[in-house]
Amino acid sequence: MSDTVGVMGSSVPVLGDTVSVLLFIGVIAYALFGGADFGAGFWDLTAGGAERGSGPRRLVDASIGPVWEANHIWLIYCLVMLWSAFPAAFTAITTTLYIPLGIAALGIVLRGAGFAFRKTSMRTPEQRIYGAAFALSSVLTPYCFGTVAGAVASGRVPTEGRGDPLGSWNNPTSVLGGILAVSVCAYLASVFLTASARQNRSPRLERWFRRRALLAGVVTGLVGLAGIFLLRADSPRLFHQLSHRGLPLLIISALSGLISLLLLRRETPHAPRVLAALAVATVVCGWGVAQYPYLLGTHLGIAEAAAPAPTLWVLTGVACAAGLLVAPSLALLYILQNRGRLESRT
Amino acid sequence: MPSSTHAAGFLLRAAASAGDPPQLLPAREQMAFTLGFHIILVPFGVALTALMLIANYRGLRHGDEQALLLAQRWSKVAAVLVAVGAITGTVLSFELGILWPGLMGGYGAAFGFPFAIEGIFFFLEAIFVSIYIYGWKRLPPWAHFWTGVPVVLASMGGTASVVAANSWMNQPGGITLCDGHVVEVRPAEVFFNGAFWFETVHMLLAAYVVAGFTVAGVYAAGMLRGRRDHYHRTGFLIGFVVAAVVLPVQIYVGDVVARQVFHSEPAKFAALELLPDTSTHVPETLGGVLIDGKVRYGLRIPDVASLLAGFSPSTRIRGLDAIAPAVRPDDATVSVVHLAFDIMVGTATALLALVVWFAWLWWRRRQVPANRWFLGCAALSGVVAVVCLESGWVVTEVGRQPWTVVGLLLTRDAVATQGNLWPFFSAVLAIYCAVGTGAVLILRSLTRRWRAGGDEGEDEGLDVPYGPNRPLTDAHTEEGRQT
Repeated sequence: MSDTVGVMGSSVPVLGDTVSVLLFIGVIAYALFGGADFGAGFWDLTAGGAERGSGPRRLVDASIGPVWEANHIWLIYCLVMLWSAFPAAFTAITTTLYIPLGIAALGIVLRGAGFAFRKTSMRTPEQRIYGAAFALSSVLTPYCFGTVAGAVASGRVPTEGRGDPLGSWNNPTSVLGGILAVSVCAYLASVFLTASARQNRSPRLERWFRRRALLAGVVTGLVGLAGIFLLRADSPRLFHQLSHRGLPLLIISALSGLISLLLLRRETPHAPRVLAALAVATVVCGWGVAQYPYLLGTHLGIAEAAAPAPTLWVLTGVACAAGLLVAPSLALLYILQNRGRLESRT
Repeated sequence: MPSSTHAAGFLLRAAASAGDPPQLLPAREQMAFTLGFHIILVPFGVALTALMLIANYRGLRHGDEQALLLAQRWSKVAAVLVAVGAITGTVLSFELGILWPGLMGGYGAAFGFPFAIEGIFFFLEAIFVSIYIYGWKRLPPWAHFWTGVPVVLASMGGTASVVAANSWMNQPGGITLCDGHVVEVRPAEVFFNGAFWFETVHMLLAAYVVAGFTVAGVYAAGMLRGRRDHYHRTGFLIGFVVAAVVLPVQIYVGDVVARQVFHSEPAKFAALELLPDTSTHVPETLGGVLIDGKVRYGLRIPDVASLLAGFSPSTRIRGLDAIAPAVRPDDATVSVVHLAFDIMVGTATALLALVVWFAWLWWRRRQVPANRWFLGCAALSGVVAVVCLESGWVVTEVGRQPWTVVGLLLTRDAVATQGNLWPFFSAVLAIYCAVGTGAVLILRSLTRRWRAGGDEGEDEGLDVPYGPNRPLTDAHTEEGRQT
């Protein structure tokens, strides 16, 4: 199979690279927007009992209510780009990692339904059930996506698919990926929610989220440090690439993460948010750079797996259309949300 | 409905034959179940939003407070249903890879990109639906109205893109194969394949029929219980009139689609006409099933099938015998397709009768009918329209069997070979049942609250995620309040 695919794929290496970059922009966007969204669920889960947790939960509700659906469409974008541009890589991943992907899919259902239903239900017992479904799956789903990323990055997905259904996502790199995903989500969300609380002039909630942002930032940093040693033992190639080609990105990530925490007390809420987003975007970008030019481990290259050129052209066009149509619309949504123009209730 | 497969799994359980790969049955059951679930939500994302805008326009243009209230409440219903539609749609994209790697690995390069285009439309739809739903209170009224318009347009584009992928599976074109691999793709031919326009228009109109009758049905039920105020009459009229205008067009389009299937998908046509042997003067068989290759129990109307297919009783229709035995659908599959086709046509005809009845009553009285029999039938029309939609979908999907991509890929070659899919299917079944029940309960409690008294009181209570039974006292909530 790879022969035929390779022949026609290799005729358009630049195009294949372009589409893989466009795909990866989607991955970064999902890590940022989806991540902040999942993280809000994490803090919802840990906010405590009904009375104590009602303040943070209300802020979570108001902050992600209007934007959560749009945030998760980046996932759809990634999936469709992957299966159209690199079908062999897509099926290799789905036939190997069908367990974590299946759990993540169900987690997405529980999460979305739980959130939408909680918003609309009135009594505490109902809200508790829906809220628990939302919050628990907000932790489970990013963990599963993290293990999938770990499996792909450490080369545990064979080209022909049907790899080890358990070992592929239960190994040091995958577990690191899962934990890192959850802690990154929690960190992003707490920084964003601190800013929202400040915008709403709610000092108690601001303190509440700022303390958690510091904690999550420190934990994420520690997980990252531990990850360095772990990757050296478990995925030497990934470690090598990260510590060479990816090093500048990782340094930027660490620095901006650190500064974002230091700036949390400052008056303007914008800087910490931007820096936190930068920290996450650069670390995800580091993964992409380390992996290039392979889609899976070191055995399936971008050029080998690429679809015929016309398909790649169409996908490039689709991504450009996304830039022209979706980006301004998204900006409008976030601006309206940020200015408090979107609210379903008084 | 990004369908890689086909349906009526429950009916076909008996039909799983010994030679099939072990995961074929759970994979088909799961795809059928999740798609069947998702397709019910589609009309609400696509067409309920349009009805909402009609009510909104009426409210603003004519200062009709009640119409505005309708639009506002429909947008809350749409918020719940669009959310469930979005997540069940996401699951479908995972399933395409997990259940049907043969389809995505082999033909993803060819027919995957319509889904990418759909992604853009879906993005726009989700963004503007959020702005619209959450923008009621703090956007200028007309600006708010206009944020709803992209939702309606994007949902049309999204439907067209997904149906492009589905119709390509029925009439694949625009690719060159070499040793079974896709080596060349002509995107325009893939997207605008032979079945594209027919299936797209048919699906879009179906969405408006279902949403229209469902909305009308809700208010007809209210009027039956004596709530015949302006609010209920307006809600009923907006839904019913949209459905009534669209339905005759839909029936005409359906007739055209059937003739196109006759010309381009003879195997499917043979199944839906329940025709074992190629012949002329083919009767239209109403009901009936295929047993041991023979038609049993149906009511036959002489010559009508030939007449409908080619406008002449001597039109020759290819039967199941024209299909190579190796890829001929079995008796059970053919019977399911035929009965589904009959149910679709039957329910559509019943709905048309309801529309005619309404026209007659309106012509006599110039007001929303108070006739209890009419209102009773109208109250059921939403359910009937959903049955019609589901059976039409069964005709398309099961009618393609045993193929996933007609002539190119058999369903049994598309299915996953890894692991065991039964636990996944069981989990999906359990979670979807819970989500379905939750959605119904939520919508019921919403309507109950609306009936009990206005929006204000109810919104107070909504504001306490995880809170105690009663809204918290000011001491507790002060921090959380936004302003």
